[in-house]
Parts: sequence; structure tokens; C-alpha cells
Amino acid sequence: MAEKNKKKSSYISGKESRKITRFNRRVTKKLEKERADAGKDPALYTVQMKDPNNVVEFDNVCTYFFTDVGTVKAVDGVNFNIPKHSTVGVVGESGCGKSVTSLSLMQLLARPSGQTVGGQIRFNMGDGTAINIVNTPNAVMETIRGNKISMIFQEPMTSLNPVFRIGEQVDEVIKLHNPEMSDEDIKARTLEMLELVGIANKEGVYNMYPHELSGGMRQRICIAIALACSPTLIIADEPTTALDVTIQAQILDLLQNLKDKLNSSIMLITHDLGVVAGMADYVVVMYAGRVVEKGTAEEIFHHPMHPYTIGLMKSKPVVGKKVDKLYNIPGSVPNPVEMPDYCYFRDRCEMRCDKCSGLYPPEIRVSETHIVSCYRYQDEGETLGYPKSVNVEEL
Amino acid sequence: MLKFTIKRVLYSILILFFVMFLIYILMYNMPMGYIETKARELASRPGATKSYAEWLADLNAQYGMDKGVVLGYLTWLKNAFKGNWGDSWAWTIPVTEEFHNTVWYSFILGFVSFIFEIIIAIPLGITAAKKQYSFTDYFTTVISMICISMPTFFIATLLKYVFSVKLGWFDLSGMQGRNYMNLSDFGKFLDVAKHFVLPSITIIIISIGGLMRYTRTNMLEVLSADYIRTARAKGVPEKKVINYHAFRNTLIPLVTMLGGSLPGLFSGALITETLFSIRGIGYASYTSMTQGDIPFIMFYLAFISILTLLGNLISDLLYAVVDPRVRLS
Repeated sequence: MAEKNKKKSSYISGKESRKITRFNRRVTKKLEKERADAGKDPALYTVQMKDPNNVVEFDNVCTYFFTDVGTVKAVDGVNFNIPKHSTVGVVGESGCGKSVTSLSLMQLLARPSGQTVGGQIRFNMGDGTAINIVNTPNAVMETIRGNKISMIFQEPMTSLNPVFRIGEQVDEVIKLHNPEMSDEDIKARTLEMLELVGIANKEGVYNMYPHELSGGMRQRICIAIALACSPTLIIADEPTTALDVTIQAQILDLLQNLKDKLNSSIMLITHDLGVVAGMADYVVVMYAGRVVEKGTAEEIFHHPMHPYTIGLMKSKPVVGKKVDKLYNIPGSVPNPVEMPDYCYFRDRCEMRCDKCSGLYPPEIRVSETHIVSCYRYQDEGETLGYPKSVNVEEL
Repeated sequence: MLKFTIKRVLYSILILFFVMFLIYILMYNMPMGYIETKARELASRPGATKSYAEWLADLNAQYGMDKGVVLGYLTWLKNAFKGNWGDSWAWTIPVTEEFHNTVWYSFILGFVSFIFEIIIAIPLGITAAKKQYSFTDYFTTVISMICISMPTFFIATLLKYVFSVKLGWFDLSGMQGRNYMNLSDFGKFLDVAKHFVLPSITIIIISIGGLMRYTRTNMLEVLSADYIRTARAKGVPEKKVINYHAFRNTLIPLVTMLGGSLPGLFSGALITETLFSIRGIGYASYTSMTQGDIPFIMFYLAFISILTLLGNLISDLLYAVVDPRVRLS
């Protein structure tokens, strides 16, 4: 949620500040009320998947933060799908909206300031029905979180509660989603999970506290918690960022193996292109809250099209190739409070053309799976549509 | 854990020895002490046969204060070990008796206020943290700021004005009603309890704000922690996240603070006791101090020192109970 903290450095007068606060209070109150009302009737949040082979469909998702300096459009019109039994890598620099996308999917945004104001996040319940996560009431979300969608966070050192034993923390999630299981069964299942994630001394670790384990072991515990209920989707939010490289490889292997074993999908959020290349089937490249390019891993890595993706690939060090200076993309991300209406990357782009001074580019399908948002390819593929922002003034 | 406790107790004894020595030196050298005052008074009586210096030497010998600081302290210490704490100079009864006469009023007052303080402040702090920046949050914060800022005598006077003068529910001050002697035992208890209501409320009001803000700050810190997000991601209901996952972690600083406030229960509340004419230890120790009553002050401060050290030890031990990270093997 770096987007939230990225405050405007320019000065705001007291009058403006009060106006913003009043506006925020009005809008968030209204949105919270709408959410509370939507909970009363399941028909309101039951939807149909466009493609039943997808686990999740993000359809023009807009997640905004109503901060004291203005509305931050952290995620603004994101479209992508997560097919069954596949790994989708979401890449992009810090603050581009990767984590906020995943938190929107879990409904774990810091409410009431963080709100998903538009679009649909369709989640396949697996029994032919689907729900729209955006307006699903909290009570239903609680049965989905940890059960059908689970999440692994980037900081294993602080992600486990320091005052409870490991066993208790794994037991808890199993007990929550399987109330009919007896305590012995739950413990047996926990030990089984600990073994599955490669913990040798499972009986000992069961009775340990988080501070007695190393970072890698704690991340294994987090994975055990995430997988304990055999979820259909695992969100891994930079699962290896805080770990050293040898452990990184082990954890990624483990995730890949367990995914195959449980038939789950993984949404892998990372800024490490190496990790994505090794794991992902599909890659989604995000920039400033929007998807700029998506396709199979092969397409993204071997035929990157968007200038931003090309820049990313160039700035990655390659083993065996000697360079004096690593490439970096010039400039910086635009101010999230006042986004321009033209292409967000235009001012940093080295390949801009005349068309770029127009509106934000539409999604262009250049192959069956490869979609890019850049005017340079408008003649090469079919134009799908423009990302739609929500006008907050109308809320 | 046992080794840790024993080590801490031994350290505490050492600290206590020097603390008491320091207090003895201060009391011994206090200008206008009890003996000096007494000697001056006796020397200036009409028909006094001895001069001030003679009376001073005489009284010093009588009260055992002619041995010098070190020897005097060691004598006091020896007697204290035997359980002989001496007679109070100001109250002219054994110090333990005067202590016994006053401390229980203060303890009851302190204890009742302490319990209510916890019952009210902690849930309020948690509620405020749970709904940060909401009306409830601002409301409780403002109330607690008012409570912290208002002086004791103002609150006491306000309460007296409203509940005693205007409504007439309680007596203005004192510990017993007019016809206390005619009541049955239970009636006497109720009568005293009734007189303790306003002093307790005064103490609760002045102490509630601090604890509430402390709870709120800690709860906010815990609620923004990663493991709370993990708990939510597990699908734990929000109520359980707050009352179980977050509260257990908020307890860590709270327990340390509350364990350390144990001596406060016995030290009395000087201002409140004086305002409501309650013969508590706060008032007694203050009077003793102004009169230079060395035996009583030494006993009282020894008692408070022991409780403070004990309070620290208890909060350390409790810390280990609530936080597995500091548990020693």
C-alpha cells in the first residue's frame, strides 16, 4: 500500500484540506452503507463467470484510497483473469498497485479509507456459481478467506502472531473452516501440513513460538496456514522478498509443488522478474495502477511489446553478460493524486509517437493471449476497449 | 525462571539497603526536624532550666539519634529486622499501629478505583482504537484529555457541589455518618462505603484518561501489525481478531504498566484524602513528613520501596507470562 503513503509534496491550504476531509467522509460513509445493504440479498453479489475455466476475473477493478490529500487511484481499471491450475505473475515496480489488487480480492483493504469503487472481481466458487467480491458482505468473505482464497505475505518475520504457538495458529484456520472436525483430527491435519511444507521436526515445531524459528521456516509455516484448507487460489504477495536467495529457491519450489498437488492457482505478486520467469504461466505487467501488458510468460519475456515492459527487461541483469552500467527507465511514476488523462508512461517513454498525446491507450489484442495498452500496436491488433475510471465526484 | 527470580530478589534486597540508607541520611539531616523543634519548644518555655543546646543533646540521647548517621542507620536496620519498627514521634503510638489504622482506608480506596479504572479504561481504549477517527474515537479522546487535565481539587469540588450540595446524596466529607454509632455492623459497613463513593469517583476520573490513551495507542499499533492482517486473511471473524489476536498482544505493555502500579494502591492519595477528610496513609505520611517523624517515615518509605521493587519484579514475571519472547529457559 505504498500508494497510500505517497503523499503529494505540494502544499494544501486548510480550506482545501477540510473540503477533502468532508468529501471523503461523505463518500466513504455512502460506500460503507451500500456495502451493508448489499449483504442482505445474496442475489446482489451473485454473478456469472465469463469463462468457467477461470478462478478469478478482474473486470475493470477500481480501488481508490480517500486520503487527506485527495483521492489516490491505486488501482484504476484493471482487467485480467486467473485461469484454473495456473500461476499468474503480477509484476511492476513498487507502488504500481500489485498489492492493492490482491488486497481488493481478499477485501482486506484498510477500510473505510480504501474502497473498491467500481468494476467486478468475479470469484468462481467451484460449484457453478460465482460471487462478486466487491460487494460481498464480510460474513461471506470470512468463509472464503483462508478457505477458498488464501494469502502468503512478504514478511514472514512479522506475519505470525508472536504470542501463540505455531500449532495453535495452524489449527485455528482448519478449525474455522472445518467446524465439524475433532481436535485430534485438526492436530493430525496440522502435522500433515507441517510435514508437507518440509518441516522436519514437526512435533517439536507444533509447540514452538514463532520467535524460535528462522525466517525461512516461518515462511513455510505461513504457507502451511495458507494451504491448510486446500484453497482454489493462493495469493503470494512477494513471498520471497525477505528471504535469502537459497531459501528463496526452496520456497518457490515448494509453492510450485504444492500448487500441483492441491490443484490450486497461484497469483504471484513480485517485482523480481527472475521469480516470475521461473514460476509463472501468465504474466501481468502493471504500471501506475493499470495493466499495461499481459500475456503468457513466453510472450512477455521473449516478445515484450509495451515500452515499459521492454525497459523492465533491459534493466534486468543477465548472467554471463558484461555491462558497465545497468539500464534504468528515466523519470518517475506520475503523482497518484492527479493522474494525467494521457498514457501514464508517456513522459518516460523513449518510443512515444504523435498518437500518444491523445487519451490513455486502449487494450489491444495482438495475439490470442497477448494484450498490450500502447498506441504503437494499434494497427497490429484488435482494439478491445479503454479502461474506465470511476468519477469520484459522482459518488 | 526460578534462578531469574532469586537473582532479582537478591538484587532487590541490595537496592533496598541503599535506598533506605539514602532516605535515613536525608531524614537525619533534615532542617527543623522533630527533635530540634521539640528542643526549641522546651528551651523557650517559661522557667526552662536547660538551654536549647542542652535540651537538644538530651533529646537526641533519649531518641537514640546521637550515634551518627551510619551507626544510627545500622541500629534502625537491626531493630527493623527484628520487627521492632519503633514508636511514631508524631502520633505517639507504635508506627505499625498507626500504619494499620490508616493504610486499609487508602488501600480500599485505591483498590476499588483501580478495578473500576481497568474495567472502564481498557474497553474504552480498545473501542476507540477499533474505530479510529470515528465519532466514538474523538469523543473518548476528548473526554480522556479533559480527565487528565482537570486537577483533583476541581473534580472533587465539582462532585461535592453536584452530589452533596445540590442533590444531597452524599455527605460532604468524612468517613462516617451522623448516627454511625447506632447502626448495626452491616449498616456501619454501608455507611463507610457510602462515604467512599465520591473519593473513589474522583480518583477514577483523574486516572482513567491516562490508561485509556495508553490502551488506545497500543491497540492501534497492534492492529496495524502484519499478524493481524494474517489473522484476517485466515478468515478469523473481526470480533475474534480484536478480542483474541490483538488483545493478547496489547496485554504485554498493559500488564507491565499495571504490575508497576501495585505500590500505588498503598501509597494513598494525599489530595483526595485531604479533600474528603479520609484518615488514609497519604494524609498520615504527609503529616509525619512535615513533623520530621523519622520512625514513621522510615517505616512507610521502607514499605513503599519494598512494594515498588516487588511491583517491578511482578511486572517482569507477568511480562514473561504474556510474552513468550521474553520467557527465559
